[in-house]
Amino acid sequence: MPIFWLITGVLAIACIGYVLGHRRAMASAGGNLRRLHSLPSYYGLNVVLKSIVPALGLTILWLLLQPIFVSNAVSGMIPDNEIPFGSSRGLVMTEVVRTAKGLNQAVAAGEITEATAQNRNTSVDDLTDALKSAGAVVTSTLTAPVMTAAQAYREVSRKGYLGMSALVLLVATVGALWALRETHPDFRARNVVEQGIRALLIGAASIAVLTTLGIVLSLIFNTVEFFRLYPASDFFFGLEWAPSFSGRGGASQLGVIPLLWGTFYISIVALVVAVPVGLFAAIYLSEYATPTTRAIAKPLLEILAGIPTIVYGLFALLTVGPLLVSVFGAGGALGVNWQGGGRAVMTAGLVMGIMLIPFVSSLSDDIINAVPQALRDGSYGLGATQSETIKQVVLPAALPGIVGAILLAASRAIGETMIVVLGAGAAARLDLNPFEAMTTVTAKIVSQLTGDSDFASPEALVAFALGMTLFVLTLILNVVALYIVRTYREQYD
Amino acid sequence: MSEASTNNPAHAPKTSLLASDARTKRRETAEKRFRMYGIAAIAVGLFFLIVLAVTIVRSGLPAFTSAVVDIEFTLTEVQFDEAEGTVFKTKAYQGFFNAALAERLQAADFDVAFDEKAIERLLGKTGGTIREFFRANPDKLGEPVSFELPASSRVDGYFKGRVTRDTLVDSRFLQVSDLDIVDAMVDAGVIKTVFNWNFVTGADTGVDNPGGAGIGASVIGSFFMMLVVLVLSLPIGVAASIYLEEFAPQNRFTDLIEVNISNLAAVPSIVFGILGLAVFIQFMHLPQSAPLVGGLVLTLMTLPTIIISTRASLKAVPPSIREAALGVGASKMQTVFHHVLPLAMPGILTGTIIGLAQALGETAPLLLIGMVGFVARGYPDGVVSGFLDPNSAMPAQIYTWAARADAGFYEKAWGGIIILLLFLLAMNILAIILRRRFERRW
Repeated sequence: MPIFWLITGVLAIACIGYVLGHRRAMASAGGNLRRLHSLPSYYGLNVVLKSIVPALGLTILWLLLQPIFVSNAVSGMIPDNEIPFGSSRGLVMTEVVRTAKGLNQAVAAGEITEATAQNRNTSVDDLTDALKSAGAVVTSTLTAPVMTAAQAYREVSRKGYLGMSALVLLVATVGALWALRETHPDFRARNVVEQGIRALLIGAASIAVLTTLGIVLSLIFNTVEFFRLYPASDFFFGLEWAPSFSGRGGASQLGVIPLLWGTFYISIVALVVAVPVGLFAAIYLSEYATPTTRAIAKPLLEILAGIPTIVYGLFALLTVGPLLVSVFGAGGALGVNWQGGGRAVMTAGLVMGIMLIPFVSSLSDDIINAVPQALRDGSYGLGATQSETIKQVVLPAALPGIVGAILLAASRAIGETMIVVLGAGAAARLDLNPFEAMTTVTAKIVSQLTGDSDFASPEALVAFALGMTLFVLTLILNVVALYIVRTYREQYD
Repeated sequence: MSEASTNNPAHAPKTSLLASDARTKRRETAEKRFRMYGIAAIAVGLFFLIVLAVTIVRSGLPAFTSAVVDIEFTLTEVQFDEAEGTVFKTKAYQGFFNAALAERLQAADFDVAFDEKAIERLLGKTGGTIREFFRANPDKLGEPVSFELPASSRVDGYFKGRVTRDTLVDSRFLQVSDLDIVDAMVDAGVIKTVFNWNFVTGADTGVDNPGGAGIGASVIGSFFMMLVVLVLSLPIGVAASIYLEEFAPQNRFTDLIEVNISNLAAVPSIVFGILGLAVFIQFMHLPQSAPLVGGLVLTLMTLPTIIISTRASLKAVPPSIREAALGVGASKMQTVFHHVLPLAMPGILTGTIIGLAQALGETAPLLLIGMVGFVARGYPDGVVSGFLDPNSAMPAQIYTWAARADAGFYEKAWGGIIILLLFLLAMNILAIILRRRFERRW
């Protein structure tokens, strides 16, 4: 692992630099600490910062950019007539990269020597055999140009990594030497180091912005790509969801309406379960419960929120689904035949509702507690009972906050994945029967992006358009909810 | 007026402070009813919690035991040479084993006829295991050696009540007549149930062998992922919080960061999976299914949680500490790093552990970066391979099992959940202890 050793090398340079900087500062002051502007450790830290930060920054940048440059350099080697019909240069490049990795694997496993692997005259069949015996994935499209390109890819990559290692070590050394040269008693080391640390702190804080940017850009680029292959109006207004499984496009119907309907239906069922239970629990806990009851019941309810969603998913699939079938299915306890299989809107919605109970209850609890006691006292003074006070004074005062909490819960429900993947089914349907299997936006994102589909087909790209829809929906809900909650809070503060 | 009222005493309502009238009674019932709603709501919540817990324990515990055939068995040197001389070597060993089993059953006075095929259905191909043992330990020849051979997953299911005589359909895996042999073996004390270490430490198997599947390899995968999350999210999260809480000026850029953080905290986790797929795998060409990629995605997802809790604990450090430090001549940076940060550390660690626990249970983003459907057949060899080679993670492994057709895997999925929840429980208890032990009230 060359990068591991590279980073170790940079760290070693930095450590030596620290000791040297520290010593040099003391020596330059003639061993008298008082003659230095800053504490000697700051001179050491100055060296460390100036060697590590540029070197590691360069490493990260290089690692990000190298694959792009190498791909560009190598993809020119593949003649146009070698690209199979219905495929693209990008797909062939994926093949090249995979083959190059396979060659690495084969060399590491000792199937072939490095020289044979890189020799352009080694026959493709020999190399393919080596790849196979090393356990690498070999497809039928592995042709001679691909193999040559893979060899070139390895060659260029190897040179790139060598160049990177040399350059990074050089930068670290130069940085350290530069900082060492700066070291003299009047150098304002502490200020410089503190400026540097401040810049690093700002960098860390900006990662949140970068993440959002990354999400938005990756969604937008792929969504635009999708709309180039598939008309946007068909996506937004199409009433049918029927992707073809060939992955070659053509016959796919990719309308989002049935998925949105499933998402909303399941979320509504979940909210119908979670809102009354959560709200009444919150009211009881904040208004009636003794401190002991509250201290026991509140954390117990909140355990429900800490359970991973995969557990709820399994609970829906294996426990709640069969239970509902035994009640509402054919030959069930009610004698009705509403539910065909365990996976249904009801199954997913019910379990999701359980998951959301603590979410609604703790948010509402906070909001109800924020209502000033004076309002309650005023109401009691007029002769109202406790429940009348809650219904007519506390809840109206807390209403905007509770609406905000419900919206946040709704956004959770819309974005929830594991419960619907396991509990809701895979068939997209526009139906009113809550015991029917339906599917959601999140479940389809998972099913379109897992498996061996290639990322250039509309069937895979549609997942990004779905992701975009989901992102925008939840963003709107969150912004509105936060806005409502915030405006409300200002009234009493 | 007063006369009128005294003249019609029958029309005046009897009012007494002690006896409540109809309206008050109605109001009191409403009050009681309302209270009952609250209690019922909490009861419903707790009921669901208990049902969930009972389901998990009841369905998951069987995964921790397995049925094994425990048999003592002597192989003489002559037999060994004879078996090694035949063409189908393992078959010869199987013959010896079957003979030993028949002898054992007859000694215990159970007369059940069985053929080789039946034993194969019950125990799989036993010959290979026995041959390997004696080839590795030739000095054991001629001595009685005790073998523990795992029973097939359907026999295991028969013990746990998953497979019954009524539901069993004769197939090449198991026939109803085989269960007679099993019963005889139970009565003879040959089959017993032992703790299934393989489930805790082993790796995943293919779709046809639920009995041998274990969660150990994916625990290692999760461990490496959590290592990435911890190493990245703790320093970055703390640095970001320090900047926002202590240094950031009131301007547009700060507002932008704040809005972004609160929004990221509410973005569905699957969207982070899409980000990971597009940026780390498609754009940066990092290896698919690698714990490193999973760790990076989970880091981005956990950061808002850690930043929010870190900022809360930085805020809880009273300003007097900062003023005192500044007063004796410390710089702003020294104040923060030497005084505020150490005091806020318990809170930060608590928040980080809770964030890690959340990340540990997260499944959806892992589905998109290819940690599902992947059969983690072994442990990674070495640290580098632990980060970069395809592996599964606990929740992804549970999902993989839940998605398989064989019901034998469901038991494993529940068992996996028990292990996952044990980890989460341990982490949360650690967080609570940290909070109790080090929390300061100012």
